[in-house]
Amino acid sequence: MTAPILWIVAPFVVGVFVLFFLRDRFSAWIGGTTSAVLALIALVIPIDTALLIGSVSIKISPAIQFFGRSFELNTADGPLLAMIYGLAAVWFFGTEASGTANRFVSLGLMIVALLTASIAVEPFLYAALLLEVAVMLVIPLLVPPYQKPGRGVVRFLIYQTLAMPFILFSGWMLAGVESSPGDLGTTIQAGTMLGLGFAFLFAVFPLYNWIPSLMEESSPYATGFLLWALPTFTVIFALGFLDRYTWLRTTPQIVNAMLFSGVFMVASGGIFAALQRHIGRILGFAAVAEAGLLLLALGLQTNSFVEIAFLTLIPRGLELSVWALALSIIKQKAYSLRFNEIQGLARKYPAAVTSLLFAHLSVTGFPLLAGFPSRLALWQELAAQSLAVSFWVFLGLFGLLTAAVRTLAVFVMAEADAKWEWNETWAQTAMLGIGAGGLFLLGLFPQAMQPFLASLPTLFEHLGQ
Amino acid sequence: MAVEIVSWVAVALIFVTATAMLISRDWRISLGALAILYLAAFWLVARHLPFAMSTAKLIAGWMVVATLGMTRLSLTEAEGQEQDTFFPRGIGFRITLMGIVALVTAGAAPNVEAAIPGMGIPVIAGGLLLIGGGVVHLGVTSDVLRAILGLLTLLAGFEILYAAVESAILVTGLLAVVNLGLGILGSYLLVAGSSPLESEEEA
Repeated sequence: MTAPILWIVAPFVVGVFVLFFLRDRFSAWIGGTTSAVLALIALVIPIDTALLIGSVSIKISPAIQFFGRSFELNTADGPLLAMIYGLAAVWFFGTEASGTANRFVSLGLMIVALLTASIAVEPFLYAALLLEVAVMLVIPLLVPPYQKPGRGVVRFLIYQTLAMPFILFSGWMLAGVESSPGDLGTTIQAGTMLGLGFAFLFAVFPLYNWIPSLMEESSPYATGFLLWALPTFTVIFALGFLDRYTWLRTTPQIVNAMLFSGVFMVASGGIFAALQRHIGRILGFAAVAEAGLLLLALGLQTNSFVEIAFLTLIPRGLELSVWALALSIIKQKAYSLRFNEIQGLARKYPAAVTSLLFAHLSVTGFPLLAGFPSRLALWQELAAQSLAVSFWVFLGLFGLLTAAVRTLAVFVMAEADAKWEWNETWAQTAMLGIGAGGLFLLGLFPQAMQPFLASLPTLFEHLGQ
Repeated sequence: MAVEIVSWVAVALIFVTATAMLISRDWRISLGALAILYLAAFWLVARHLPFAMSTAKLIAGWMVVATLGMTRLSLTEAEGQEQDTFFPRGIGFRITLMGIVALVTAGAAPNVEAAIPGMGIPVIAGGLLLIGGGVVHLGVTSDVLRAILGLLTLLAGFEILYAAVESAILVTGLLAVVNLGLGILGSYLLVAGSSPLESEEEA
């Protein structure tokens, strides 16, 4: 058995199987269980190490060759695979409660498999092509066959497709820079190309206008999944570039570009979120602000920036899944998700509303919730680096907090004689409860993430030192 | 010398077809122009890639044209036509845009050749014309079919340039997958919303 077959081919095949042969009722369980098992295997069985169980020897080989190129997952990739498939399992189990099971699970499994292939492919810059293929698989998830595609979807496709040529070409140019490091012209051109490519991939300000549009047009759960999956793998891809070309980390212009892009995203995302009257768009802008925090982490002038990036990444999946699930449940009652339609819903959907607010507050960095430890670590480093940057980040997060307070105010604005009801199903309540509990657990005991945080940086040869 | 002449003919063909795609409102003309464009791009790609790999690109491109054409054919005029909200919409404006792209290409091609020797001016000119044409196309439309045509044009330009620097089979294969995927996605987005709900499960 080879690792790429186990973590790339197998989930892809299961995705195809679910798409063509399974009904809604079973697909959530099949998808969730497959992902959970793959996460468990990644956690328990080290890659490229022989294990003797009784008289049976098990060894997962790290690489396979495909069209003359190698797909390789090493021992260091184990914790990352566990994190990815563990969070994917949360998303897939949640589909049962969100009512989007079959199509979501099948395409979701294929997307996660392709994204995993993007971290396994050698040379790693070919990942841009696999990311593009994954992006194309996201589209049927966002646009069901009975719905006309909106502008957000078309913009999303255009922006993500534009990223690929820039990154592929910059990869070729960077190889040239390596062979002649003194050539300033080529260095600037390569840096600019790379920057533009990642600006499209990360949806850097102002290239994120598709995100709020998508939150209005498409299923919140599918869009939430997209907003979790793509930035997560983009961060890993970007870390790969920073690791491979160490001069990128030492070039002040590139580091400043990452830092200021991050500041723009956090500040604008937070401020725009505070001004919205649509709870789906608020999630969109919150996701933009979170992607900004990831960029900020990458631009930090400290040795622990990789740990901070992963500390932000791990709770992000849980926050977005709980938030998107709660939105999906509320959307069944208030289709438009506008403030005037969700007024007083706290008394009709108490579990969904409570979970939504916990997820929102966690993204804001509220104490005792999952997002708090990463925000704290980020603040500490940022404050030492630049107070102006810290101020703008504070402004962005304050904007998100304002949006949370406004949302809460609208949800509890019920008539005085309105009765409390419980309209969520048991599955929805259970999933929301587990998710919200997880948010508190990661906030109260952040050391639970320590095993991951200790081993994830070893993925990167130079950055992890 | 003959090869060089044919390459310049291919560049001229690329300019004409990209302009035709930009100004034509008839999807048949646009898709026909795209098919010819892939032929010209094939010639330029073949200057640097083996014949078999260049052919793969040509076949993938024509398959995309066929997919989009068959899908569009199955739609009624009312279903398939979306009104662009972009202003100005005039043909003159679009021709001017392509003129600017041609001027930029003429200015940039020698510089790119100086930076990356051995690519060949016709290859660079063809690639840049298509990239510029694709960007202009994406900038003036919000229609799904036209956005896909713009992306395909842009990618064809990129592929011409990238073929000169990278000849890996995996990259060629994945780029063909991306092209085919865009064609299939375009078809899917064109038909999405034109059929009613099929079952409760779909809802």
